[in-house]
Amino acid sequence: MAGLEDLYREIVLDHYRNPRNRGELPCPPAQRAEGFNPLCGDEVVVYADVADGVVRDVRFGGQGCSISQSTASMMSVAVKGRSLEEVEKLERSFKSMMSIVTDGGETASPADLGDLEALRGVVKFPVRIKCATLCWNTLTETLRS
Amino acid sequence: MSATAPMSATAPTSDLAAATKTDFPLLARDVYGKPIVYLDSAATSQKPQAVLDAMDAYYRTVNANVHRGAYHIADLATQAMEEARAKLQRFIGAASPREVIFCRNATEAVNLVAHSWGRTNLAAGDAVLLTHMEHHANIVPWHMLASERGVELRWLPLDDDGRLDLRHLDQLLDGARLVAFSAMSNVLGTIPPIRRIADAAHERGALVLLDGAQYVPHMPTDVAELGCDFLAFSGHKMCGPTGIGVLWGREELLEAMPPFMGGGEMILNVTTEGFLPNELPWKFEAGTPAIAEVVGLGAAVDYLDGIGMEAVRRHDVSLTAYALRTLTERHGETLTIHGPPEPAARGGVLSFEFGEVHAHDISQVLDTHAVCVRAGHHCAKPLMRRLGAVATARASVYIYNDRSDIDHLAEALDRVGDLFGPQ
Ligand SMILES: Cc1ncc(COP(=O)(O)O)c(C=O)c1O
Repeated sequence: MAGLEDLYREIVLDHYRNPRNRGELPCPPAQRAEGFNPLCGDEVVVYADVADGVVRDVRFGGQGCSISQSTASMMSVAVKGRSLEEVEKLERSFKSMMSIVTDGGETASPADLGDLEALRGVVKFPVRIKCATLCWNTLTETLRS
Repeated sequence: MSATAPMSATAPTSDLAAATKTDFPLLARDVYGKPIVYLDSAATSQKPQAVLDAMDAYYRTVNANVHRGAYHIADLATQAMEEARAKLQRFIGAASPREVIFCRNATEAVNLVAHSWGRTNLAAGDAVLLTHMEHHANIVPWHMLASERGVELRWLPLDDDGRLDLRHLDQLLDGARLVAFSAMSNVLGTIPPIRRIADAAHERGALVLLDGAQYVPHMPTDVAELGCDFLAFSGHKMCGPTGIGVLWGREELLEAMPPFMGGGEMILNVTTEGFLPNELPWKFEAGTPAIAEVVGLGAAVDYLDGIGMEAVRRHDVSLTAYALRTLTERHGETLTIHGPPEPAARGGVLSFEFGEVHAHDISQVLDTHAVCVRAGHHCAKPLMRRLGAVATARASVYIYNDRSDIDHLAEALDRVGDLFGPQ
């Protein structure tokens, strides 16, 4: 059995208890998208303010489990100030860590993921992978709009 | 039990569970080296050896397609299937086996009514009355019908204890053609005043469909006493296999309804011009049925009859009372249990919230202690919204659970507190 400590790493719990960038952004100029996990009813809202191909600011809201909430928090820190290409790379790297992207997606070195690296253990708990990818999919939606 | 004591089964064991637990092979397994504590019977029950044996024996000795073969084992297979139908007829107090339609599950049974009865009898302006505690299986088929036919959906509200609020029942019934509601909530355990609602509906000329998915496995069931017109339930929550369920309907209603699906088995005659539907119940059973599953469900009914549904209900009430008491005593400050507070008003389903901890995290931690509970919206999103919850954790009991299972749950919740509680 994968131990709980693989899942609930201290950094993860810290982002869960003290979420960074929780809140809203005025739309416009920011864009907004909502994501749902039909399995457990988790909901996430992601706001992103993009100018000149750079994510200037990002906020998230919604309700969910420790994994979905902490991922959103870590993701917000990781993407803030990054170019859209860098964000896409991060997402691919994260999803390859979650074993979702398998076509050589792990182009960024693990260090690039920053705190998100702490979520590596989620892959041992297959039902929770969706919790960790919900906010990424929602961010993609936001950036597309 | 102190927090440091091992999870021992020192609590007295219910007589029923002591007698039945060993009938269920799965309950002998362990999870991560610990004995399994299965508290998710509202999702699906475990299966007794007698059911596994019946299905195995069917495949080993009688397997043949039913109703069409003029040879010995085909006859035996047909008999096995129709004997099971007769058992189900007796089990729910139906007037005739012609009223017992086999389908895949409660969901399909509700869809059958919505499709066949609904599309024949409902038009724009007609209303269907549902409640705020329905499972999606008894919501979405009506949404589909509503958008197709312009049928209005109405909702009976709940009070803060999770009971149906019937103050405006008469108004809500005005213009309603059907009342479709759960006889036992899969989230709150609430058992509504079924007869009272059914009588009020009939007075107003509306029919009554009961979602018996939770009720039938746990309560003595008599369709005449309940006063309903249709009853839907699943075999897999009552010790039977998956893939088999029942729609019971009053014969004259079923007679007047058009077939649901078309194909073999459901016809008397087919020509290039058209078809003549078969008699009840086969009119609604298109294609080769789940014969082994029907046989398994028949064995499940025998098994439950052997215990007696009165005894099943007594066991549920007593264990629910113990669970409410134990969990509240131990975790009262952090724990919110939804639904009516009196054990006699509810089934053995306990949905709870534990502080601010998300249900997913609760069930994840409980899992490491081999405690199986469900987490999520339990296919009842309108109800979750009413409760103001995104998700709840749900522990549900059945005949094989005993007090030690509840003690394990209570103890494992301490570990949830350790990990997620205030730092
Ligand atoms: C109250 C209620 N209705 C309907 C259903 C649907 O049952 P099934 O999925 O077996 O069709 C369930 C089971 O989850 C239920 O609890």
